Amino acid sequence: MFIEVDGVEKVFEVRKKTGFLKRERRQVRAVDELSFTVARGEMVGYIGPNGAGKSTTIKMLTGILTPSGGRLRVAGIDPSRERTKLAHRIGVVFGQRTTLWWDLPLIDSYRLMHRMYRIPDARYRENLDRLVELLSLDTLLDVPVRQLSLGQRMRGDIVAALLHDPDVLYLDEPTIGLDVISKSKVRDFLRELNEEHGTTVLLTTHDLQDIEQLCSRVMVIDHGRLMYDGPLAGLHEVGESERTLVVDLERELPPIDMGGAARVVKVEGPRQWLAFPASESAAPLVARVAAEYPLVDLSVREPDIETVIAKMLHSLGDTPKPPSDRTTA
Amino acid sequence: MGEVTRLGEGLRAYRLIAGMWIRSSLTYRASFFLTLIGNLVVTGLDFATILLMFTQVDRLGGWTMPEVAFLYGLSATAFGFADLVFGSLDVLGTRIRDGSFDTLLVRPAPVLAQIGADHFALRRLGRISQGGLVLAYALTAIDVDWTPEKVLLVPVTVAGGAVIFCALFLMGATFQFVAGDAAEVQNAFTYGGTTLLQYPPTVFGKDFVRGVTFLLPLAFVNWIPAAHILGRPYPLRLPEWTAWAPPLVAVAGCALAGLAWRVGLRSYRSTGS
Repeated sequence: MFIEVDGVEKVFEVRKKTGFLKRERRQVRAVDELSFTVARGEMVGYIGPNGAGKSTTIKMLTGILTPSGGRLRVAGIDPSRERTKLAHRIGVVFGQRTTLWWDLPLIDSYRLMHRMYRIPDARYRENLDRLVELLSLDTLLDVPVRQLSLGQRMRGDIVAALLHDPDVLYLDEPTIGLDVISKSKVRDFLRELNEEHGTTVLLTTHDLQDIEQLCSRVMVIDHGRLMYDGPLAGLHEVGESERTLVVDLERELPPIDMGGAARVVKVEGPRQWLAFPASESAAPLVARVAAEYPLVDLSVREPDIETVIAKMLHSLGDTPKPPSDRTTA
Repeated sequence: MGEVTRLGEGLRAYRLIAGMWIRSSLTYRASFFLTLIGNLVVTGLDFATILLMFTQVDRLGGWTMPEVAFLYGLSATAFGFADLVFGSLDVLGTRIRDGSFDTLLVRPAPVLAQIGADHFALRRLGRISQGGLVLAYALTAIDVDWTPEKVLLVPVTVAGGAVIFCALFLMGATFQFVAGDAAEVQNAFTYGGTTLLQYPPTVFGKDFVRGVTFLLPLAFVNWIPAAHILGRPYPLRLPEWTAWAPPLVAVAGCALAGLAWRVGLRSYRSTGS
């Protein structure tokens, strides 16, 4: 296995002032007996509510934090002990903070990576040309980073993280704050990177579409424990989450009756909102509505990730479920 | 990785990152030259206060003006080098708080080199040149029977002093792993240290001199070697050979600070999110 996490814990000691010079020590378990493996070439979404332990896990996997207990290996390397050795094998993109040089042209940041990672010249040039073209940054290489838009900067950061051909790429909220076009550019690129180069990708996100379009596997973490590990469809089933079909009819009509297939949750003039299970296809439902009602327009809305997770955690009674023994190629 | 290769890696990373900062600062040329000039003027005024004092008194704690200038030159030059190399270590606290310290930890280079080179600023050369000028003046003005041994001791003292200050900077930085916002505590010891060394040890109380000899080894930066060169009594009646102790103190200080840094780095907890 490429990434092995076995019974890993991270305990923080929090000191709280309880009076003049008096302090109370309390231990907080950010990550609790976490175990999972990721095979080479997998693309995994790592999600959970804020403070669930996502970032702590990523930080332990990248060698930033030392685990309090358990065993952790990435490409056979113990991250916190051999941090610099591991650095050559991994790429990290922190969604909310750039590693690019603010006042210098974009290309300067890449030249620094070239030298710092000792990337052979030919490979550097080849990677740079390829990445810059795929992420459409070719015309921006001489522009100071401070003049780039958020989306351009994010793509710039992704290039910087991949110049040294890492085996695994960690992305922390790679699409946060991006517009629709930038989001789809980033997603298309990540999919291709994973398919063409077999790069293992682990990403945290709040955007369910990131997961839907990219990840065959999702891991949900809450209170430092793994609550779910499997395909996204399964997450919908466990959480009984629903998608919404918004239909515009020719005129105001009484609520649409679709039997058990969907239920009307809202009516506003000629517009009606129908909820149906997220695990089912929208096509038969759309066909039936179109056949039985005077349909003008329609759209399908995805549930947001917080709702899905909240429902899932609720249906599990908020108790951790032992991770299934999965072996994925 | 052996210690020697680590050191090599560190120097290489330092050079690369410092180069990036120099180029960043040159994108604002006017600002760069203005701060360079400003720096020279401000550090120049620093010595002017001492000159001003000598318009009122002939001796300070029994030391003449050229002798005090000698102390000043040794300390300011040594501090200038340390400030150039490690002066940015006080940004560590800020970097830890805003989370950008994490981005340094995923690079294949020693963190100390990366954080040391952070915000590397050539304008700090102003302090070295000013200290050097005062030292040059003092060397011509002090009344000393120069022997080869005493001549050699001058550069050794400056180098040793620079390394002692580096160790202090590093100690201060390490403290920021424990206390989030301790940049000013660090500055009190480093900038404060160089200011007090501009005055002869004889103007301070005995316990205080003990403290800056045995606890914070500041006395080895200039007081003791200068006393030897000038043929003055050593502070605290230390033995004769301690004039040559600065390099030893420097190495011991660095070893101690380096060890503390490693422990601090290992206990680093990062910020949330």
